[in-house]
Amino acid sequence: MPTVSVKRDLLFQALGRTFTDEEFDELCFEFGLELDEITSEKDIISREQGDQKASEASDVVLYKIDVPANRYDLLCLEGLVRGLQVFKDKMEAPRYSRVNPLNGDPQRLIITGETASVRPHAVAAVLRNITFTPERYDSFIELQEKLHQNICRRRTLVAIGTHDLDTISGPFTYTAKAPDDIRFKPLNQNQEYSATQLMGFYKTDSHLRHYLHIIEDEPLYPVIYDSNGIVLSMPPIINGDHSKISVNTKNVFIECTATDLTKAKIVLDMIVTMFSEHCDQPFTQTDQVLKLTLYLCVRSLSLSLSLSLSLSLSLSLSLSLSLSETAESIAQLLTRMCLKSEVTSDGAEIQVEIPPTRSDVIHACDIMEDAAMAYGFNNITRTTPRTYTVANQFPLNKLTELLRLDLATAGFTEALTFALCSQEDIADKLQKNLKDTKAVHISNPKTAEFQVARTTLLPGLLKTLAANRKMPLPLKLFEISDVVLRDESTDVGARNSRRLCAVYYNKTPGFEVIHGLLDRVMQLLEVKPGRNHGYYIQAAEDSTYFPGRCAEIFSHGKSIGRLGVLHPDVINSFELTMPCSALDIDIEPFL
Amino acid sequence: MADTGILESLLRLVDKVDGGIDSQVVASSLGVDHQVVVGAVKSVQALGEVIEAEQRSSKHWELTGEGQEIAEQGSHEARVFKAIPEEGLSQSQLMVESIEDVVRKKLQQVQMGHSSQLEEKEKNELKKRKLLTEVTVKSYWITKGSNFSTIITKQETELTPEMIASGSWKEKKFKPYNFDAMGVAPDSGHLHPLMKVRTQFRQIFLEMGFTEMPTNNFIESSFWNFDSLFQPQQHPARDQHDTFFLSDPAVAHDFPQDYLERVKKVHSEGGYGSQGYKYDWKIEEAQKNILRTHTTAVSARMLYKLAQQEEFTPVKYFSIDRVFRNETLDATHLAEFHQIEGVVADYGLTLGDLMGVLHQFFTKLGITKLRFKPAYNPYTEPSMEVFSYHKGLNKWVEVGNSGVFRPEMLLPMGLPEGVSVIAWGLSLERPTMIKYGINNIRELVGHKVNLQMVYDSPVCRLDS
Repeated sequence: MPTVSVKRDLLFQALGRTFTDEEFDELCFEFGLELDEITSEKDIISREQGDQKASEASDVVLYKIDVPANRYDLLCLEGLVRGLQVFKDKMEAPRYSRVNPLNGDPQRLIITGETASVRPHAVAAVLRNITFTPERYDSFIELQEKLHQNICRRRTLVAIGTHDLDTISGPFTYTAKAPDDIRFKPLNQNQEYSATQLMGFYKTDSHLRHYLHIIEDEPLYPVIYDSNGIVLSMPPIINGDHSKISVNTKNVFIECTATDLTKAKIVLDMIVTMFSEHCDQPFTQTDQVLKLTLYLCVRSLSLSLSLSLSLSLSLSLSLSLSLSETAESIAQLLTRMCLKSEVTSDGAEIQVEIPPTRSDVIHACDIMEDAAMAYGFNNITRTTPRTYTVANQFPLNKLTELLRLDLATAGFTEALTFALCSQEDIADKLQKNLKDTKAVHISNPKTAEFQVARTTLLPGLLKTLAANRKMPLPLKLFEISDVVLRDESTDVGARNSRRLCAVYYNKTPGFEVIHGLLDRVMQLLEVKPGRNHGYYIQAAEDSTYFPGRCAEIFSHGKSIGRLGVLHPDVINSFELTMPCSALDIDIEPFL
Repeated sequence: MADTGILESLLRLVDKVDGGIDSQVVASSLGVDHQVVVGAVKSVQALGEVIEAEQRSSKHWELTGEGQEIAEQGSHEARVFKAIPEEGLSQSQLMVESIEDVVRKKLQQVQMGHSSQLEEKEKNELKKRKLLTEVTVKSYWITKGSNFSTIITKQETELTPEMIASGSWKEKKFKPYNFDAMGVAPDSGHLHPLMKVRTQFRQIFLEMGFTEMPTNNFIESSFWNFDSLFQPQQHPARDQHDTFFLSDPAVAHDFPQDYLERVKKVHSEGGYGSQGYKYDWKIEEAQKNILRTHTTAVSARMLYKLAQQEEFTPVKYFSIDRVFRNETLDATHLAEFHQIEGVVADYGLTLGDLMGVLHQFFTKLGITKLRFKPAYNPYTEPSMEVFSYHKGLNKWVEVGNSGVFRPEMLLPMGLPEGVSVIAWGLSLERPTMIKYGINNIRELVGHKVNLQMVYDSPVCRLDS
């Protein structure tokens, strides 16, 4: 969930009133936001770098607000204020429109075929006659960063470049070239570099190095030129220095290059709808229309500036939401969520206009949620569904629950160990070959603790013993849980297997204790001792166990597991010092 | 046990006096050391209510070794004075003609037991000079007990089979038990606290008529874990940073082909009243095997199965099982945890129904004050975070997540239009940590568990 940090006083000023922290928290709750933290730059720096460094920092109060992951329109102060003001009926939702420049033709961005192999899409727009202030400028930069980190998936899907239009001249060309053929002075640098040099240069940049991999191995790098051959940007890495914007910039050219066109359009829409507020023709009191000067010339010309969905009122809305609201009041509720709505003349439907800020609305159910939010989730009457059903336990879990109780009754204590472990735990430490384990392997573990899913419960129990060596002896532990084994016969190629494992750790090996536990378990499962239709144990060789002290367990003629005294090397490898005997069986045959 | 002679002499003395006697007085009248009398008092006490002895302490002043020497031979100064011969020494002797040995006098007073005649200040002065010391004497005030007798009878410690057979217990006296001592811990096994809480949650779902889902499949395909839930392929949850992917077996096969096509279409083009996400949906992404990130993957399989029935029947499902996240670990997060999930599918279920079911569910956990916050989840709409009022923290805390499954998830499965599915989830670890007051999750789950905590954990009653 993205967190937006806004200055409290600026926020209150924009909202036209002040709130106590509690009042604002309450407002956030209703609107689906969360006031996560109240802090200041000073607090943040002092927490991260110590009081010394913080002494110079600002102590202006900051609100850190958690925003739902699909509400890109709330990622900056402008959007938050607009959303909340409309929600509280303090202003009408603006209607966004695209206009042509007063003089001259719309700007054009020409996309060449070379981009297809690396980053095929681009969309662009111009914000004209914008007035930045230091706060607005910061918010503009911050919004781009938030979009980059969220919907743009760290620039892989979409990368944004913003430029001072007055320093460049269209038409612009989006193309792709060999890295050595691209030369320009990158943002905030003093000299020109080739793209190849830049990739090396940024290897050590704490911020940019995370994006290099996106194009690094491509034969052609994406690049945008103006009509005079000036480099605007080399997406998704860096802009050119020439066209950089400042707080004094009046006309902003915005380009979004992408591997996902839908997301590029959403991102562009977000930036222009949020910041057109500061343009020369903002939405005025008279016409309530937000004019924005926006020119697009993209591969696909369609811009989903508004889309209308209609929904069948009487059925889906009232039933799904338990709202007994009239059509008119539902339309009013939706309008408070920036979804301008009207009841159709026949009264059967509500016509809803989805503004470009609400890319999250893709189905009528999204609209219903907004109606419910405006109504107040906590104002909805709680009801009890009449659904009649009979409960059933999952037979394997039922058996597990019963056995767990009886094992504890038999004097063994339940352990709860991790399903993931290291390769060493299930192989080397048990003196087994990893290849013979049928283990499933994890491709991206952050540490060795998560290399494989366990194939036996034994290592977890031995590690539990090791962590509790100071406890009085004997230690008697058990666990009934799942291990994971490769199995070609399933759709995913692996299956769980429910195991019962127990260990006895004492100054004497206690084979008779663990053998007695097996007898008890079999008694509980109504399996009598015997060769054919009962259970028996038979000497077996197993490298995990001490030679001559291991037996295989058979039930109804099938092997179900082993028991025995652990090999001294196994005991050592788990950092244990006493003899230990173990029982390890599969309980699924007893279902 | 002290010598019976002393015990009986003691008892005779107690018998003679009215209202009791001090053990120090007993010692001096019997002419034995006080400690011997104290031992005798304890022995008699062990015989039952023969006597009552109330401990008292008294303070008195005693001379130290040096003090005694001074009391006998005079203070150091006086001894120096005496030691000077008649003819005297050159200087000092001339300064005093006679002395009065006040220190010796004071010490002699104390020696004779008249320490009270000295002022506190004087005593403290002498104490500082290490000539006096204040001694606390613990003695007993002994009175007759309810079973007073001057004759000592030996007491039995335990009832024996022979006594029962012969009836001799009737004449015997039994040593009283010390009811203040702890008993001997029973030799027993113990259930793990998290599993005890799991049992209770299972019980609650069963009481509410929910059927348990088969969640014994930790390995899941991205298709069932994400795609079937209408979670787009570029969603951050599908990132390497959040999810464990498998290298072996790396991919899954055997998807229901026509269902897979419908899922692909709803993601990439939309349908069922939805615009979809409009991106290039790839089978390769759906095939990737992972460790499931939620048990909702199983719910998806179950709902798909339900949709394949000849005729739809309403269902209520639940599960409590492990899920896996490739997250950064800390005191409250592990790479694996248990998810509790409830699902109800029926015609015409509403948001109010979801709130009603949640209210019933949480009431069984002892939580009655709930409120709901709008939230975002890719596969539910509306989505609600469930908050309950925590009296200890004096604020609303999140206790779970809930929502109505999206039509883009349900309709491709083939569930009839008009069927709504409401669901909610929470973790098993968090309520358990709160219940048992555990701050670090590693002390609860995994091999680093403190077994003493397991041994000592009480029964789990979630509603009290």
